Amino acid sequence: MTSATAHRDHPETAAEFVANDARAHWHDQSLWFVRARRDKASQTLPEWEELRERASKVKLHTMSRMADYLEQFERNAIALGAQVHWARTPAEHNEIVLGIIQKHNATRVVKSKSMLTEECHLNPFLERNGVVVTDTDLGEWIVQLRNEPPSHIVMPAIHIKKEEIGELFHDLLGTEKGATDPPYLVNAARQKLREQFLNAEIGLTGVNFAIAETGGFVVCTNEGNADLGVSLPKVHIACMGIEKIIPKAADLGYFLRLLGRSATGQPITTYSSHFHGPRPGGELHIILVDNGRSNILASPEFRRSLNCIRCGACMNTCPVYRRSGGHSYSTTVPGPIGSILAPTRDAQEHASLPFACSLCGSCTDVCPVKIDLHNQLLTWRRELALKFLVPFDKRLGMSLAAAVFARPWLYRVGGAIARRVFPWLPRMLVYNRWNPWGRQRELPEMPAQSFRALYARRKRNHKVPSDQKPASR
Amino acid sequence: MPRVGLFIPCYVDQLYPDVGLATVELLEQCGCDVDFPTAQTCCGQPMANTGCTEAAKPLARRFLEIFRDYEYVVAPSGSCVAMVRNHYHDLVHEHPDFEAVHTKTFELCEFLTDVLKVDGFPGSFPYRVGLHQSCHGLRELRSGKSSELNVPGFNKIGGLLESLDGLQLVSLQRPDECCGFGGTFAVSEEAVSCMMGLDRLHDHEQSGTQVLTAGDMSCLMHLQGLIARQKKPLAVMHVAQILAGRKPQLPA
Repeated sequence: MTSATAHRDHPETAAEFVANDARAHWHDQSLWFVRARRDKASQTLPEWEELRERASKVKLHTMSRMADYLEQFERNAIALGAQVHWARTPAEHNEIVLGIIQKHNATRVVKSKSMLTEECHLNPFLERNGVVVTDTDLGEWIVQLRNEPPSHIVMPAIHIKKEEIGELFHDLLGTEKGATDPPYLVNAARQKLREQFLNAEIGLTGVNFAIAETGGFVVCTNEGNADLGVSLPKVHIACMGIEKIIPKAADLGYFLRLLGRSATGQPITTYSSHFHGPRPGGELHIILVDNGRSNILASPEFRRSLNCIRCGACMNTCPVYRRSGGHSYSTTVPGPIGSILAPTRDAQEHASLPFACSLCGSCTDVCPVKIDLHNQLLTWRRELALKFLVPFDKRLGMSLAAAVFARPWLYRVGGAIARRVFPWLPRMLVYNRWNPWGRQRELPEMPAQSFRALYARRKRNHKVPSDQKPASR
Repeated sequence: MPRVGLFIPCYVDQLYPDVGLATVELLEQCGCDVDFPTAQTCCGQPMANTGCTEAAKPLARRFLEIFRDYEYVVAPSGSCVAMVRNHYHDLVHEHPDFEAVHTKTFELCEFLTDVLKVDGFPGSFPYRVGLHQSCHGLRELRSGKSSELNVPGFNKIGGLLESLDGLQLVSLQRPDECCGFGGTFAVSEEAVSCMMGLDRLHDHEQSGTQVLTAGDMSCLMHLQGLIARQKKPLAVMHVAQILAGRKPQLPA
């Protein structure tokens, strides 16, 4: 029997996260700490804004010739001895991965962090097919052990406290009960993961940057787990979204300098591992995945979202993400960029995400590749309204308000009546459960007169000569 | 004498008339010929920000027609001005008056500093003032440097405020985080919105703010609502009211 879980919108899931005030504040402060580190690290580079501009231009140029660069990459990667596969959908991607694993009669896979494989739900698919897959990024492994998705693309377990990890490790790894000391817990994880590395038959990684000019690619990690994962097994499978392509090796510097600083405030990720073809006697498979990316490429409004290098800075800065947690978005990539990408796949299911935003614009200013995130979220709202996916009460409310605003007399009279009547209403009539404003906030005090009334009186008192008024056409 | 068409946001007209009056006084003090065209209502921002573009379009067209003949259009609101300047293109770019009106529409403080080249105002305001940098003014109109960008620092609203005798701007832990208002966001995401607002207030309290101010009354309406419910000892004033010489109503 399959259990169908009803989809829940962001306001509901966010309210649940916010209800635990201590946890929500802890989450907010953890991520603000990362944002502050990002600020400091970016300020050490006088050329920061120029770097952003150049990286953005490289990406926009790449998008204008995406197919050419992907084909160039394929030719050069094959020349280096790699095998290149193309997948249109997550299902095709997963089948290709499974096919390679089965061809080698393998069952044990170690995987370094890859949001693309999360997007394709690769782990459960492989597990259903008898493959034991271990996520080797510590945070990713922790969420795997907890049987839940990552809540952040760079810090997948940022929502979990060290006490909870201590308990989890006690139950699953036999660490001491009540132990919360990070070095102790990390060491226990290292022991266990080392076994997985030693026994693995296949190493699977993501791709941060693929270089058309050389056919090589770069994987960035802080734990070196990608290198460890592909060092012993003979077979390396690298899964990449097609937007990871950049034209030249010389472009890489912009992105590597921006990525670490934007993501965690480090000058650069600890390991930037370059792969050029398979190791001697081994196999390298590169899977290029579309999964809706060419649709985004085809849309002028959202094309720029393909600039994304998955640094997570927009999440760290987003006041809504920080307070509502990554899981409240119910999508693989949460936060501002996720709220743009998710509706491109399923607008109906993710219709609440572009509204999980106060349009503050901080994501746009923090983005290292200059994606105009908040404007794209606003554009999504318009697209959703066109598809009738904005809730009926919201649409009705806006139509009514617009009808009033289109008739100045109605607006004037309505305002005057509201200002007269409101102060006399009993409190329980105004502050009830249908008034979300009033749950934690007072409504403004009603003035006796509107500005226009006071202005008219003021004008009567000091007469303005009529020749000073603007002439009308 | 610059002829200014006064653009008073609908909710300011109805709920905060003194902010409008303070704006008129400031502009007149600076030698402007100010006129308030009474046919104006709302610029259409609530509809546009909710995705209801079709409902917003007639309001945007009305706005252009009402204000086309003025030399400048000035409003005490960064958010409503950002709507006209940055987002009317999506609604009414084909309108014959679009080009002219959207380039001559200014937020009050940027008009004072950039167009009228006002350095400051006489008078004193001997209080610790917490400036809430409203997001749309800050990041869409660039009324100051946002904390994310690495460019030379500037602050148009803060600069005008600091010209008053005795006024001391407090420094906040998070200088320009959103207060959580965000239009309909304040209602549809009530839980997050109020948490954001309370966190902003906490930052101001910790920093010693006596008078909380902003270039946008909408952010202040949300924050004032939280202050009133929690009975916090913070006075709230629009920046125009401070510059025009109003006194704060501080708790006894």
